[in-house]
Amino acid sequence: MKINAKKINKLAIGTIWALVSVVVLILIFLLGYILVTGLSDISWKFLTSTSSSISAGGGIRDQLFNSVYLLVLTIIISLPISLGAGIYLAEYAKDNWITTLIKTAIEVLSSLPSIVVGLFGYLILVIKFQLDYSILSGAIALTIFNLPLLTRSVEDSIEEVPKLQREAGLSLGLSKSKTIVGVVLPLAIPGIITGVILSSGRIFGEAAALIYTAGQSAPIVSYTDWNPFSPSSFLNPMRPAETLAVHIWKLNTEGIVPDAHIVSSGASAVLIIVILIFNLSSRFFGNWAYRKMTGTTRKKRG
Amino acid sequence: MNEIKEKLLKPSKETHQDQIGHLISLVCIGFIGILVVAILFFITTKGLATFTTNHVSVIDFFAKSDWSPSQKGPNGKPEVGALAMIVTSFAVTLLSAILATPFAIAMALFMTEIAPKRGQKILQPVIELLVGIPSVVYGFIGLMVLIPMVRTVFGGTGSGILPATIVLFVMVLPTITSMSVDALKAVPRDYRSAALSLGATRWQMMYKVVLRAATPGILTAMIFGMARAFGEALAVQMVIGNAVLMPTSLTSPTATLTSQLTTQMGNTIMGTLPNNALWTLALVLLVMSLVFNVIVKLIGKRSAFKK
Repeated sequence: MKINAKKINKLAIGTIWALVSVVVLILIFLLGYILVTGLSDISWKFLTSTSSSISAGGGIRDQLFNSVYLLVLTIIISLPISLGAGIYLAEYAKDNWITTLIKTAIEVLSSLPSIVVGLFGYLILVIKFQLDYSILSGAIALTIFNLPLLTRSVEDSIEEVPKLQREAGLSLGLSKSKTIVGVVLPLAIPGIITGVILSSGRIFGEAAALIYTAGQSAPIVSYTDWNPFSPSSFLNPMRPAETLAVHIWKLNTEGIVPDAHIVSSGASAVLIIVILIFNLSSRFFGNWAYRKMTGTTRKKRG
Repeated sequence: MNEIKEKLLKPSKETHQDQIGHLISLVCIGFIGILVVAILFFITTKGLATFTTNHVSVIDFFAKSDWSPSQKGPNGKPEVGALAMIVTSFAVTLLSAILATPFAIAMALFMTEIAPKRGQKILQPVIELLVGIPSVVYGFIGLMVLIPMVRTVFGGTGSGILPATIVLFVMVLPTITSMSVDALKAVPRDYRSAALSLGATRWQMMYKVVLRAATPGILTAMIFGMARAFGEALAVQMVIGNAVLMPTSLTSPTATLTSQLTTQMGNTIMGTLPNNALWTLALVLLVMSLVFNVIVKLIGKRSAFKK
């Protein structure tokens, strides 16, 4: 009986090892596949030439710029709102039914499928507010998609600041909001930076929320026209903007370009590399900001 | 004397500051609240139009599987039966969650029980990378690798529920894993020590004590995984085949709610029946997302270990 139990133990632990190895192998395969097939397609020309909708040899210049521009706009819109909301939840919210309701609303928002968020953006922004397929519509849709996560990471970072810091601020006669802005927030900044970078990775790869808000076309724009109100300027937020992720999707579903899979594997590799950089840099920048703000190194979270 | 009295009785500068700060943060949180209400309201009213304006029967919508809202059917009315898409959506969701859970539990046990330090160090980045890969890239790899594989093994077009399940399996795996890890970590250490001191092997300790105690948490993890699978649009759409037909096998081309929405929304005109019918599909997605939330809440109430 005893030996039997030991045998089962060995068998079970062996199975766990096997299952874990399979998962690790899947990841290695995924990354390997994207990088091996994609890296050979990336060239300076690929990154700097415009895309083509009929013939082979198109690049991804405009799509890459659109992705970055949308990301920047989304962070500019969503960060202040998330900061306010996160501060409210961490500092002001009382333990009552209203707070429970708000927290539930945020949970619902964060679990909504991104295609539903995209369609809501299509209905309200594109149709009702007549913003058309534009960078602005896309950025607002991505903001809706990003708000719950960023709010939660702001809330968590603020809650991690020791209570003593607040008491010190208040005992100096500062108002509560002054304490939050002047004492608590600087200590929470490293966590907030990590949260922003991680959500940037998500935004950069998102496509479902953008298909019907930022549109599926990348008009030729002039990169020398710095006036955001000029229709041909690359900064104009009212022009449609296909992002890198949407481009990959479009090429593989409706594309008629003969080299669709070459362009998509190159674009996928670019996408993955950018997201890898985001993931790696999130920790680095968080720790760096912590050192800058406090003069000590960050303790590992238990 | 009066000046001092007045100064003391009036609210101080700090009080004003605090009121302004409170107000700003309240506006931000209020904005999010209004946003959620607006999403629920607009998608619901748009989604119900199929039944209220176009007078499609609710029973037909959920019980029939003929989908051609733009053409008149044999009875002179357009056919709006979404059953095939609903069935496919549930099929890929359930299958991928069932497939992913053993792997997720193995990962979680490895990270918490078998090799806590080393496991954490290696598997945490693995989870983060799997989360980080965008869904279009999953779809693209599915299209390039899985579909030809399925085609050579099973014949046919290669698209259908099977490749969609495999793609979703990889996509929900990190969600289920990281939440299972939290659930296992919440089990008090005493439970493990008690089991081991009674002479249990490590597997007996994991299987009979830790996993049982963490069951509500693992169920929650599965539901979250299913919610993600149910709402995933592009990766599924790229491998499912996009034919609104009742699936006859795991490799017959079919369509999910999300795939139909992504491909058709741009091809229909606002306010017409084909368009309204699509919004009803979006409403079904929204309601299911709410249902998943409610289930999580219900399981949470029964959970033994609260954070």
